[in-house]
Amino acid sequence: MSNTPESLSSGIRIATKFEESQEPTKRVEDLEVTLAVKNLNLFYGQSQALHGVNINIPKGHVVAFIGPSGCGKSTLLRCFNRMNDLVDSCHIDGQILIDGRDIYDRKVNVAQLRRRVGMVFQKPNPFPKSIYENVAYGLRLHGINGRNQLDETVERALRGAALWDEVKDRLDTSGLSLSGGQQQRLVIARAIALEPEVLLLDEPCSALDPIATAKVEELLIELKSRFTIVIVTHNMQQAARVSDFTAYMYLGKLIEYGDTKDIFMRPARQETEDYITGRFG
Amino acid sequence: MRDWFKSGSPWIWLTAGAVAAAVLAVAGVLSLTALRGLGHFWPKPVVETTFQERDGSKIGLIGEIREREEVAVRRLREAGFVISGNAAFAERVLMKMGNKDVTGIDFRWFPVPLLGEVNYPKDLITVERREWGNFYGHLVSVKEDGKVVAIGEDAWPEVKARVARASALFKQALSLEKHDIGKVNYEIEKLRLQARGLELQGKLTEQRKAEFDTQRDGLNAQFAVLQDRIAILRKEIARDTLVGRVMDGKEVEIKLALVADIYRANDMGLFEKMGHYVGKLAEFVSEEPREANTEGGIFPAIFGTVMMVLLMAALVTPLGVMAAIYMREYAKQGPLIRVIRISVNNLAGVPSIVYGVFGLGFFVYFLGGNIDQLFFPEALPAPTFGSPGILWASLTLALLTLPVVIVSTEEGLARVPRSVREGSLALGATKAETLWRTVLPMTGPAMMTGLILAIARAAGEVAPLMLVGVVKLAPTLPLDGFFPFLHLERKFMHLGFHIYDVGFQSPNVEAARPLVYATALLLVIVIVVLNLTAIRLRNSMREKYRGLETV
Repeated sequence: MSNTPESLSSGIRIATKFEESQEPTKRVEDLEVTLAVKNLNLFYGQSQALHGVNINIPKGHVVAFIGPSGCGKSTLLRCFNRMNDLVDSCHIDGQILIDGRDIYDRKVNVAQLRRRVGMVFQKPNPFPKSIYENVAYGLRLHGINGRNQLDETVERALRGAALWDEVKDRLDTSGLSLSGGQQQRLVIARAIALEPEVLLLDEPCSALDPIATAKVEELLIELKSRFTIVIVTHNMQQAARVSDFTAYMYLGKLIEYGDTKDIFMRPARQETEDYITGRFG
Repeated sequence: MRDWFKSGSPWIWLTAGAVAAAVLAVAGVLSLTALRGLGHFWPKPVVETTFQERDGSKIGLIGEIREREEVAVRRLREAGFVISGNAAFAERVLMKMGNKDVTGIDFRWFPVPLLGEVNYPKDLITVERREWGNFYGHLVSVKEDGKVVAIGEDAWPEVKARVARASALFKQALSLEKHDIGKVNYEIEKLRLQARGLELQGKLTEQRKAEFDTQRDGLNAQFAVLQDRIAILRKEIARDTLVGRVMDGKEVEIKLALVADIYRANDMGLFEKMGHYVGKLAEFVSEEPREANTEGGIFPAIFGTVMMVLLMAALVTPLGVMAAIYMREYAKQGPLIRVIRISVNNLAGVPSIVYGVFGLGFFVYFLGGNIDQLFFPEALPAPTFGSPGILWASLTLALLTLPVVIVSTEEGLARVPRSVREGSLALGATKAETLWRTVLPMTGPAMMTGLILAIARAAGEVAPLMLVGVVKLAPTLPLDGFFPFLHLERKFMHLGFHIYDVGFQSPNVEAARPLVYATALLLVIVIVVLNLTAIRLRNSMREKYRGLETV
């Protein structure tokens, strides 16, 4: 397969990965739903960025959003913890339910919501504080200040993010002194320290080298037993490697959503196939 | 040649030349002030010579040569001096003759051709006096209670010992006057104000009145005791006198009580001179001025300048930072906020004297006047806050420097990366928490930059201060040992104003000139020290955020 032309190689390489697996196809409908999007339209001023999106995110699984740049996958992700609120011109209609409750309801406390729905960004963005304080930041925000409890939680979060062994001797040094991959894992540790129900990752590996990427991916597979994970990526191999379900989006619409294996092996729609075989995108 | 132009080297030369010119200008200013100012404290040799007056009579001269210059002989002849020979130019010297009590003039120019033989007798003494300026002459004898105790060469060690004794006693008396009597006076004044306050409220009963009277009597008794002690000290100090012979042979008796320092400049070795120099320098920065600011030190001015700048910094930082936060973080970015921003920026261009006028009209008369009405009615009609003082001066300068703090804080806020804010918000922080815990600490260096600029501007500002609190001579510092320790209503001295005062308002311009340079140098040093402190603080903050590409 190494001598196939680059444009076609990715789809084929992914396909060969799935040929060996004999698992039955998973169906979202059979699983417990954590996050449900109902008929979501989103507008930036006059222009519509999302068109009638309906999607259910199952509990304890990894869901990947793929699609070409500007297709609305990050926008959709940022609706889940209401980060779009920060954009003045942005408004939505439709519903997003987490455990059956509409997160865009007036009574919802956004800070509490974001505690339950953690987020990791494209570029690692540790605070200019020590490694320890980076992880403790969210805890302190929520009134946890006891030294013992903090120590314990920080260690657990760093272990959870597979970073503990690398930084345990220098917790007092600045988070900015770490390498890019370590910074990204630090940011993940910072998010999981709060024990969120859902973890959103917005192209978490796009600024990382392959080795750091592999580490983060390994981590994601480990973490899915504890959190529901939604990851946006434009790297299809990554989606194939880490996710259980994949959603393909194009021009603000959800084109296809289903078991990752099906999406890559037997896409139901022609657009999806074109995209994953690299014929376009 | 064209290639040379095209290559851009002329630009390099031109730009580098501009930098060199700027560096030279700064170095020139600093070295000139340093040279003129610092040279003043070096003990100058005292010359003894004679001079032929216009009418041909010869007079004796003793003094320090301060300056030399070339003048046309014709000009000297027109001035009435009889100069023989046919040289077109002659030198003349500016001599500090001292002995103002005898001659009436401190400085005078003498054409060199008319001077006699110039000698530097080792036994000439320079006496720095607390009144009448310097004395130059020969030491004749020392007297105790009017009786001669030592004559001639023996008198020198004797007089030195006795001056030391008198100085120690003088310091004691001064401390009694300043601290103990100051305290009693302060208590008496407080008592008076209390009584007056009660009287205004109509609560001053006969019984209270009697209580106040007994307290006042107690304090008055203390006052009398202290006065007696000072009188005894004064008498002790006045015991000794020295007799000196001035240039025209007249003998002058000087009370040692008035002697601030005495030395033989012509008899000093290099190390002795260096010691003397360091001592004079220390005196200059640590003591209070004498003789209408032309002698002594400038400590109150240094203290006042630093204190005023620190107060200003404490006032301008919170105000400027808060305004910047609102404008950048909370206000809706629209035409209104743009107009406000432009206005703020333009505030920096308003001439400082205008701020002074505003400070006088609004802070001093309106705010201060009302504060007096409300809180200090017992002191009226004497104003407390209703007259210029350090608080109003600091507030006026805070207003003056507000724009720079706002602008640089705003820039700092704008430079905090969005990703860091989002990271904080995504962890469940509210906007206020994000600001407080992450954004503001990261804006620290920018705030410090604003503060550095503010300090640089405020410390050198004089014009507005003349309206709102600076005085030529402040009897008390704005910070002392009496409750409430920090006296914001007091007037203060300022180095910048001191330069102006010494240079232009002095009764003895020639004597004051070196002090102008020395004070200017000190002002520069004070500003540099204040700035360096702020810069170091900022750099240590920056160190923390290194690695964050945008800061």
